[in-house]
Amino acid sequence: MENKKVISFPHLGNYYIPIKYLLNHLTHAEVVECPPITKKTVELGSKYSPDFVCLPFKYNLGNFIEALEQGANILMQAGGGCRFGYYADVQEQILKDLGYHFKFFCLNDKDHLTVTYLYHIFKSINPKLHFFKFAHYTLLTLLMINYMDRIDRIIRANIGFEIEENSFVHLQQEMWKNFTKKKHFITLTKSYFHYKRKMKKIPVRKEENCLKVGIIGELYTSMEPFSSYFLEKQLAKMNIEVKRFTDISYLLVTKRFKVKGLLKQIKKYCTYQIGADGMDNVARVKLLKKQNYDGIIHIKPFGCTPEIGAMPIIQRISSDLDMPIIFFSFDTQTSEEGIKTRLEAFYDMLKMRKEKKS
Amino acid sequence: MKKGYLGIDIGSISTKGIIIGKEDQILAKAYLWTKGNPIEAVTNLLRELQKQIAGKDIVVVAVGTTGSARKLIGTILEASVIKNEITAHAVGTMSKYPDVKTILEIGGQDSKIILLEDGIVTDYAMNTLCAAGTGSFLSSQAKRLDVPVEQFGKIALTSKNPTKIAARCTVFAESDLVHKAQMGYKKEDIIAGLCNSVAQNYLNNVGKGKKIKSPIIFQGGVSKNVGVVKAFETILKEDIIVDEIGHLMGALGVAILARNTGQERMFDFKVTDHSFETRGVECNRCPNHCEIICIRDDKKLIDAYGNRCERGAIKQ
Repeated sequence: MENKKVISFPHLGNYYIPIKYLLNHLTHAEVVECPPITKKTVELGSKYSPDFVCLPFKYNLGNFIEALEQGANILMQAGGGCRFGYYADVQEQILKDLGYHFKFFCLNDKDHLTVTYLYHIFKSINPKLHFFKFAHYTLLTLLMINYMDRIDRIIRANIGFEIEENSFVHLQQEMWKNFTKKKHFITLTKSYFHYKRKMKKIPVRKEENCLKVGIIGELYTSMEPFSSYFLEKQLAKMNIEVKRFTDISYLLVTKRFKVKGLLKQIKKYCTYQIGADGMDNVARVKLLKKQNYDGIIHIKPFGCTPEIGAMPIIQRISSDLDMPIIFFSFDTQTSEEGIKTRLEAFYDMLKMRKEKKS
Repeated sequence: MKKGYLGIDIGSISTKGIIIGKEDQILAKAYLWTKGNPIEAVTNLLRELQKQIAGKDIVVVAVGTTGSARKLIGTILEASVIKNEITAHAVGTMSKYPDVKTILEIGGQDSKIILLEDGIVTDYAMNTLCAAGTGSFLSSQAKRLDVPVEQFGKIALTSKNPTKIAARCTVFAESDLVHKAQMGYKKEDIIAGLCNSVAQNYLNNVGKGKKIKSPIIFQGGVSKNVGVVKAFETILKEDIIVDEIGHLMGALGVAILARNTGQERMFDFKVTDHSFETRGVECNRCPNHCEIICIRDDKKLIDAYGNRCERGAIKQ
């Protein structure tokens, strides 16, 4: 059949799982995951992107092209408060110019993600969709994302200390499979608590005063491990406890309640929001200091304007608070060796500081 | 029998080696060009070092490597420590100058700044994308001006009126230099201007936002250039210390680190007789095409790395 609908969407860490879940339940279309991001994805994306666009654009575009090659004909993209807001339109145009035939949906209505607009989109893909079903699965997906993020936080704090290699990763994969089988709030919640208990029981060898590092910065590089050269994995190998603030739960839900409070805490440094998560990142430096973290890693993709604006302020607040910080800017051309060298030096520095203190 | 500890710093341009004793005393040292072949450079380096300690009853019991080829050479020599340049330089410099606060380092391809407080590193930065203002830039410009790079500094000091040369980027600096030369500026003024632009560039790029406090130590190949040293002194209005073994600090640091591990194993200089071979293999198990480096010692695979996942693991 020619007109079979095949939906796809760009990768963002592990979030393809709940998004796929949502699409499977709300539409009758086939849902195709983009192939995992590889160097080829990035090459494809870079080839057809403007050279100086921010990095996630290239990744997303590469994902789209690979998905289209696999037969997708409906693409979805979100948007946000920085250049991300232009992604959908520009990417649609680029892909059309390349000669692909597809329907393109931007989930954001202008600048905001609203329920009515989302319903409107899904209704146009699946005309038989009832609002109650839509509401049920949307909320369920949000809850699933929230549970995944909570588990992620536990994993991030402990994975560097696991005794048996990959024990966290295996359990997490099992959990994902289990989550996507659930159809009700109660069963999903039960499953979450079940896996949470299991996660906490995984044997770890964690010392009381291990090194603790906070990751702040731009959202895409924070959440998509490939784009940060698997930074969290590398930190775990160094036996470091990692905390990261940015996840989908934060961006979709928590952020809107927190902004005012955060701004108040750092009014010495920021009077207004900087755009995207710039201001949040400044405030996080203060928070991490308060929670006795040893250092901060700030990551951003090449060309990220809000973070470039936030960096001098972050530099100042961290020197005021005597908080070691290191900045990474990821590009398609970044050499992995340079990142490793600086990361190793950062680790040595934190370790020396810690030994000196105690 | 005396125990010696070997530190090797394999940089992009030069390879440095040092053997120290129990109290940091230098038993042997060597310095030669890498010439794009780290394995051969290290082989020659080891022969040179062996010559220097011959007949002195010294046994090397620990090896450390640093520099951009640290992993490769560390694997081949079975080093007990493989350390990044920043830590190695900080440790090496502190062993000679315990109260140092700032280390400026400009090497062949990279430049870095290390800030220290009470004997620990508090901050550092490294050039990331651009090789402007590093040794390779100076040596390529020396070729253009037909002046041996070793004499750059001396010639620069004779200038009374250094020319201003755009200092942001190598490409800009180079076109500006050509322009100034064609305008008829004197060679020594241009050379002095180049030295100034290297210092300026370094402080704007790597040293941006860093509080540079004295005592300041300047290291790396470019520190041998008195013109750049003077430029730094003028801009920073502080004394700059240049150590005569400044270029060996990385090797010294990693030798100290190797000694501090406490692991001791006889190092055999016979390793220079082996023929090592490295080969890049492209893993084709997914579209990522990781480049895997295989190191062979007379046909026997000793290590392979560079794969991102287990699928690319090469076993023998």
